[in-house]
Amino acid sequence: MKKTVFLGALTVAGLAAGAAAAGTLDDVKARGKLNCGVSTGLVGFAAPDANGEWNGFDVSVCRAVAAAVLGDPAAVEFVPTTGKTRFTALASGEVDMLARNTTWTFSRDVDLKFTFVGVNYYDGQGFMVPKELGVSSAKELDGSTVCIQTGTTTELNLADFFRSNNISYEPVPIETNAEAQQQYLAGACDVYTTDASGLAATRATFENPADHVVLPEIISKEPLGPLVRHGDDEWGDVVRWTLNALITAEELGITSANVKEMASAAGNNPEINRLLGTEGNLGEMLGLSADWAVAALSSGGNYGEIFEKNIGENTPIGLSRGLNAQWTEGGLIYSPPFR
Amino acid sequence: MSDLSFVRTEMLPEKEPPASTVGAIGWARENLFSGWFNSILTVVSLTVIYYVLSTLLTWAISPTWSATSLGECRDILAEVGREGHYAGACWGVIRDRWIQLLFGFYPSELYWRPILAFILLGVALAPVLFSDKVTPKLLWFSAVFPFLFPWLLWGGTIWAPLAVIAGFVIGWFVYKAVDASAGSLAGIIAAVVAAVVWWMFLSGYVVNGVPNPDDPNAVGGLNALLPIGIEAVESRNFGGFMLSITIGVVAIACSLPLGIVLALGRQSDLLIVKALCVGFIEFIRGVPLITLLFVASTLLNIFMPPGTNFDIILRVIIMATLFASAYMAEVIRGGLAALPKGQYEGADSLGLNYWQAQRLIIMPQALKISIPGIVSTFIGLFKDTTLVSIIGLLDPLGLSNSIRADAAWNGIVWEIYGFIALMFFVFCFAMSRYSMYLERKLHTGHR
Repeated sequence: MKKTVFLGALTVAGLAAGAAAAGTLDDVKARGKLNCGVSTGLVGFAAPDANGEWNGFDVSVCRAVAAAVLGDPAAVEFVPTTGKTRFTALASGEVDMLARNTTWTFSRDVDLKFTFVGVNYYDGQGFMVPKELGVSSAKELDGSTVCIQTGTTTELNLADFFRSNNISYEPVPIETNAEAQQQYLAGACDVYTTDASGLAATRATFENPADHVVLPEIISKEPLGPLVRHGDDEWGDVVRWTLNALITAEELGITSANVKEMASAAGNNPEINRLLGTEGNLGEMLGLSADWAVAALSSGGNYGEIFEKNIGENTPIGLSRGLNAQWTEGGLIYSPPFR
Repeated sequence: MSDLSFVRTEMLPEKEPPASTVGAIGWARENLFSGWFNSILTVVSLTVIYYVLSTLLTWAISPTWSATSLGECRDILAEVGREGHYAGACWGVIRDRWIQLLFGFYPSELYWRPILAFILLGVALAPVLFSDKVTPKLLWFSAVFPFLFPWLLWGGTIWAPLAVIAGFVIGWFVYKAVDASAGSLAGIIAAVVAAVVWWMFLSGYVVNGVPNPDDPNAVGGLNALLPIGIEAVESRNFGGFMLSITIGVVAIACSLPLGIVLALGRQSDLLIVKALCVGFIEFIRGVPLITLLFVASTLLNIFMPPGTNFDIILRVIIMATLFASAYMAEVIRGGLAALPKGQYEGADSLGLNYWQAQRLIIMPQALKISIPGIVSTFIGLFKDTTLVSIIGLLDPLGLSNSIRADAAWNGIVWEIYGFIALMFFVFCFAMSRYSMYLERKLHTGHR
């Protein structure tokens, strides 16, 4: 009986969808909601609170895009995706964009036919060991047992690293981060390896975080960023420049606190004026309203504010900016100019 | 002659049995220490039980109910002088998230709807499960409930479930009309065709009106004339035990009749029917449930035209139902095979036709024999619903991951899993006890 309800509904939905097939931007506007694929749960990047509100670093990107397009940071349907379902969810149109700490790689960009619109977090694979082992470099890990999540790029990176340094290791395959924490604390492995941000988040949960050290070696490049489908460049531009607006705003000193004031009238800095829509017609070129960047910045602040609020040094995760500092401060975060 | 007597002439009063053979001591002597080997086993077992319980209870009894983060739990435990990795449970996470574990992301002001739906589920099941204690008039409610249940959970317009009911009514009238002129087989076929045409093509227009290409959100049809309905809730907001129970209940309810049909089809003499049933059962039993779920979640997405909104929970329910019905078919076939041939021949000799024989003689006995297997399949199916976390649905296990992703609760494992395990145990144990009650009730003394 449920099938039949559904088939009837499906027919109607199919007819409606056939009539309204257009660009993703128009779809989102017509729907009034952005469907954003996020992780089912990753500390600091995406997690629902007790009221079911999603928060996190990746989630903030979704909210900024929703605010830029629809003017409302709450107009987002968060679709939890797993590592296995994320790409089909995006390819099939179930989600409009994916902001799910996904590494930008050649094959995902070219072969899977996605467009990575930028990088919102430069990550890399690291190692964590108990302090009492007295290890200060990953090259001293010869013969150690390593807890590693199976089926991820971290597994391959690990094999490459140990082979190129001609040292041996014994992998302890685990399935989830929670399992890894338990195994590592129980002493089932000497070393835990995953992305450095994940290591920091894991270490923060330990009873005595100071008893564990994250080794200085970062053995892989993991540029994480939001992505959209190939072939809809207008929509890709919207997401790309929303992310760039967050980054540029930090560079120019626009924060969630002063954005309203700065946008109220044109100031002395022409780039701020163009970004906030008091000068020029950048919003119109994107197919958005003139105050699109104001809305995006009001949702959660600029890149730096989002970083500090979700994963920065004052949070339990306590990540320093490092590679993710602005280019003016020696980092890699760099946005093309708004002109 | 003296009246000295060497034989007792009157009875002695009855005495209590020796203290060492009755009461707790007697029971222990008989059951726990009846020999040196059993005594050793008893002592060893008691030691193990004591060790396990003392560890578990000191961990579980922990004054952390009001904590708001793992760090706070540790502070509370350190204050009472308990240190170490397993010093005590952090129950604050359950206090903070138990509602989420039960209802997922369902809007909190609408919690009454799933609660009402599951209470009514009990009412609808009562005449089926306890037929000797409940008035059979309630069966009318049971018949309406399959339409009421999704409406309460998903909400939306009242016309959608009514349109589905209308399909059955149309099918019935078509059957009556054709049956009179062209025979019952043609009647059944015509009724099915008429109902499917109604559901697939016509009902959408009647309920929602003709789709307007300029404005897909426009309403027409009955929705525009009489907009009666309750607030719609999207499938994405389903989660936690509500999701598990919804999938479990619907799949259980649909898989039993499907399984019976498949079991009968497998025993049929009609070649095509038999081949279809055997092929279906063997195919479904030959692939893991996870594979089917992945097909539901990813492959179907690619095959469907873009923009089609094929509800993910319905996809999962359909797959779980198909999966369970294949197993159910084999369990029931076991029951059919256990019936002596005389039962079939007896039914034939009474002049009953195939369906009469099945309904009155074969099925009541075969199903009774199969009860333990059927309930096992139900319990397995209910527990299998946790697999949906792999395709990104936030069932209790999926939610446990999301809860850990909250920086306040990251690092908590056993408390959440313990809570989930307890809830699953309650449901599965209840099903198991019910099956034993049913077996006792149907026991007719053939053993």
